[in-house]
Amino acid sequence: MKIIGTPRRRVDARAKVTGQTRFADDIMLPRMLHCKLLRSSVPHARLVRVDTARALAHRGVHLVLTGKDFPVPYGILPVSQDEHALAVDRVRFVGDPVAAVIARDEATAVEALDLIDVEYEPLRTFSNPDDSLAHDEPRIHDYGDGGNIHKAVSLGFGDVEQAFADADLVFEDTFFYQGNTHLPIEQHAAVAAKDPDGKLVLWSSTQTPHYVHRALAKTLDLPAAHIRVIATPNGGGFGGKSDPFNHELVVCKAAWLLDRPVKICLTREEVFYCHRGRHPVLMRFKTGVKRDGTITGVHLKTVLDGGAYGSYGVASTFYTGALQTVTYHIPTYHFQGCRVFTNKPPCGPKRGHGTPQSRFGQEIQLDKIAEKLQLDPAQYRLRIVEQPETLTANYLHVGTIGLSECIRRIVRTSDWTNKFRKLPRGRGVGLACSSYLSGAGLPIYYNDMPHSGVQLKLDRSGGVTAFCGATEIGQGSDDVLVACVAEVLGIDPHDIRPVTGDTDLTPVDLGSYSSRVTLMMGNAAIQAAERARDLLSEAVSRKLEISKDRLVFAERRVFDAEDPAKGVAFKDAVCLAEAMFGTLGTVGSYTPPRSAARYKGGGVGPSPTYSYSAAIVEVEVDPSTGWIQVPRVWIAHDIGRALNPTLVRGQVEGGVYMGLGEALMEEQEFRRLPPRLSRALVHKFPSMLEYKSPTTLDMPEVFTELVENPDPRGPFGAKEVGQGPLLPIMPAVANAVYDAIGVRIDEVPITPEKIVKALQAQAAGKTPRFGPTHFPDVPWPETLNVPPPWEGGDGKATPEAESLRSRPRDSAAVRGERGWGPARIKK
Amino acid sequence: MMRLPNFIYRAPRTVREAADFLAAAPDTTMLVAGGTDLLPNMKRRQQTPATLVGLRQIAELKTIANGHGLTIGACATLADLVALLNDPRVRRSYAGLWQAAAQVATPHLRNMGTIGGNICLDTRCNYYDQNYEWRKAIDFCMKKDGQTCWVATSSPKCLAVSSTDTAPALIALGASVTLVSAEGTRTLPVADLYRNDGIHYLTRRPTEIVASIQVPPLEGWRSTYWKLRRRGAFDFPVLSIAAAVKLARDATVEEARIVLGAVASRPMEAPEANRSLVGQPLTDAAIAAASELAAKPSRPMDNTDFGLVWRKRVTRDFVTYALRELRGDDVRGLRRGIARQELLGLQ
Repeated sequence: MKIIGTPRRRVDARAKVTGQTRFADDIMLPRMLHCKLLRSSVPHARLVRVDTARALAHRGVHLVLTGKDFPVPYGILPVSQDEHALAVDRVRFVGDPVAAVIARDEATAVEALDLIDVEYEPLRTFSNPDDSLAHDEPRIHDYGDGGNIHKAVSLGFGDVEQAFADADLVFEDTFFYQGNTHLPIEQHAAVAAKDPDGKLVLWSSTQTPHYVHRALAKTLDLPAAHIRVIATPNGGGFGGKSDPFNHELVVCKAAWLLDRPVKICLTREEVFYCHRGRHPVLMRFKTGVKRDGTITGVHLKTVLDGGAYGSYGVASTFYTGALQTVTYHIPTYHFQGCRVFTNKPPCGPKRGHGTPQSRFGQEIQLDKIAEKLQLDPAQYRLRIVEQPETLTANYLHVGTIGLSECIRRIVRTSDWTNKFRKLPRGRGVGLACSSYLSGAGLPIYYNDMPHSGVQLKLDRSGGVTAFCGATEIGQGSDDVLVACVAEVLGIDPHDIRPVTGDTDLTPVDLGSYSSRVTLMMGNAAIQAAERARDLLSEAVSRKLEISKDRLVFAERRVFDAEDPAKGVAFKDAVCLAEAMFGTLGTVGSYTPPRSAARYKGGGVGPSPTYSYSAAIVEVEVDPSTGWIQVPRVWIAHDIGRALNPTLVRGQVEGGVYMGLGEALMEEQEFRRLPPRLSRALVHKFPSMLEYKSPTTLDMPEVFTELVENPDPRGPFGAKEVGQGPLLPIMPAVANAVYDAIGVRIDEVPITPEKIVKALQAQAAGKTPRFGPTHFPDVPWPETLNVPPPWEGGDGKATPEAESLRSRPRDSAAVRGERGWGPARIKK
Repeated sequence: MMRLPNFIYRAPRTVREAADFLAAAPDTTMLVAGGTDLLPNMKRRQQTPATLVGLRQIAELKTIANGHGLTIGACATLADLVALLNDPRVRRSYAGLWQAAAQVATPHLRNMGTIGGNICLDTRCNYYDQNYEWRKAIDFCMKKDGQTCWVATSSPKCLAVSSTDTAPALIALGASVTLVSAEGTRTLPVADLYRNDGIHYLTRRPTEIVASIQVPPLEGWRSTYWKLRRRGAFDFPVLSIAAAVKLARDATVEEARIVLGAVASRPMEAPEANRSLVGQPLTDAAIAAASELAAKPSRPMDNTDFGLVWRKRVTRDFVTYALRELRGDDVRGLRRGIARQELLGLQ
């Protein structure tokens, strides 16, 4: 292969480095107006009155919108249609949009915001999950699993209590993972306009134009065919731009009513309010092991602080429990997860979506288990790694697994054996592993259609245009698209024009989330390109009078494998084919394989294949101040095959960077003022200065190893890399701190303050640990029992539990039973 | 953050002219030099002056003279000051000031920000350094538009934190500051420029312009500056230690000045610690005793990054680092770890 596997400059690099990429905020249209949102200044209240008269009378104001203009609710998941573009009768957090002003310029709009009179009737404020679990009233939403519980689930795979009884040792640990946010450099922005044909166009920095398209059609009550959503290149997304957002709906409505373009650019504070970031999760891991370390069973309980709206929360809840079994062999498994509403910006999917939290707990607990059993943590993990081509206890089909090789590589490159438990006090190394989806097996809304489509246009110039709904969010999806096509057609990636993320021009791709683009779009692109190659082969073979199977596509030529001098230029091949078949175009599409999980909730977790990562982090900790530094990180990632190693390494290092931020400093924190004086509940520091995220100078040396073991399900064998490499970093830091100074920090971020507290406990002869001990009482639902494959299960819940399904239907995204045929289990 | 509000901009060419603009309406006029502190504050509506008097065109405010001591024009940028002090012959006497100036914000901001601006830096607080809507959501605070100090609700005064890096260093070096107004000129020790009050943190009169800073010749002195902040590339101090000692030939301390930054609404001197060091060499015991005494006036509150208990606790450690460095210990590794950058080893 000429292109695949060769480190290359990405196709959009020139535009990016010369500042010519057109982001949403760069769009200026004639007669364009500007929009600003009035956001709630109270955390929880009934909206008594919104008087817009003074604002509307303000010079330069064209329109003021309120909740009355948006009667139809929306939400990314069909099961959580709980948002309105502007508050209808309730505000649920400080920052919840209440009204919108559209004016001749931004300054005028800001002035007019101050002229809107809002009367609030305050309601009790819920600032944390304990609060929400303790009080059913007032309910933040009138749906969910009772009181202020959004979703509570309990899934049992085999008899975990028996597994604990059979174990030689049972470990029980409580961990807390603090919430944090995506912090993309580009703030969300959107421009809407009515095009000359009277149709609506939205340009937006979104990761999911297709889902925004659906939300617009629903809330604006317009035919979807009359709406065009164009995803502008995102200046970073990380999951923070994958919901339909208030501001997108507002500018569309305004442009529609005024017949003028309307633009909005969010401030950094507003980006913190949009959030959809990492859920704070309290979790309890109970794990039984045999004396040799073999896991007999795991019982995991999680409580998620969801914030004020549903967002992806139901999926996030299941994700906290979905992937434990994919990494290590766990014969029995019980997962209970509960997401509660609170009066804070809504949480949602951030890089790793729901899985980093429990990964953190599991990997620290394994470190504790290894120590107790006097096993080297690396050797211990090699012993319990899940087998390739296996169906797990929760019916996830695992494909290739490069984890063992990942572990062996970093053990070697980091000189682990000479460092672990051997460095002087204050220095230490820690190891952790992880796995992640290469694309969610189910779409957000239930349907039988492909998840990704690619269309190719070839014309007599020799040029190829590749159309796909996938969204370039900085990860390099445009480059992956053209690379796959170029490899098949034997041309240069720069010969191909990618046209992406435009609902009018491109076939549907579900969006840049769940690490799905490379695998799904890549497979669709290969299919389309192979179909095009077939047409060209037909024409060229007739011209050269040789059989099709002797033709090679490379170096912008189509030639005879046995006589390379005999051939035609690619351009001429296109002309021959066009003459033979007429105008040339092909399509390809991809639909993930059906999952074996057929129980309710089994829709979250299945993926065509999983990526694996292993990391070793070295730390230096000052035993007096607790000051912590990370000088070096070694990471190996099972990529299947690196389509463009430059991009892959960039993603790995970006994941390490983001992981270190979560491990060491990032916190989506809130301030509650003394209740006797104030009802306020505000984000503690919605700014890039005080929300601490690492800078260049805080980055350690990173030694990246790519493990390539092509997976037959991936395009040219590729798996995901966008999310997985983040996951092992946080627990590896925690494990390294323990190696350095002998204290366990069972929560993130791991700060000097927490280290000092644990050191004080150590000095006082108490448990040398900082972390939660309490776990709240949750009214868990009855457990849905699903016998694992080795107990003769078929992926369905047992009949007793099946009867529970008479309850109202839930999200298609978490429905495993519909559209998922019999398992194809490879043994 | 919002866009800037409207204001009238004056661009005088002389200090005299600037002083006249200021005298015309001192309550609604503010001075601006680099703008790196004031302009973001204005975007958050923390300050909304009707008139800004820009000092950038006044050549006499930008001069730096290095002869008998050091005279620094208030509008010299921090980058200019760092560049001057990069000369080892100059730096020898003023190492603490060099380290302080070189650690203010980022290279971009040091290219804009001035020494005068840095010593007049508005006091900072997590309840105050927020945009207008945020402050509205907490019904504002004592420092701007509100009644209560949310840091300590029974506090009669504002507890916003002095966050200037250069002021503690200048105080430790015994520097003085010259203020010019339409009425005349006065010079006072930099230490006397400050009050321990988050709102009225400067003794500068509303009609006065900070014109220059004079640092005395410092033969026989050694100085240093240690800054605690979360990240290497950025951030205001949440604790800083400026220390200077004059050593006799036998290494006995003849004079010592330790100044703590970011622990109160003004830089805090530590006279007891200073006295304890005089008359003996910098032994481990002397350093430990002085660190204990110096940490006493440290009163961090819950209004900056990091928790107050920890910030109080590590004050001792940081004073120890500073004094050990002044003694001649090789603390470059320690400094690199805390500063998360290389350039600051004392050479």
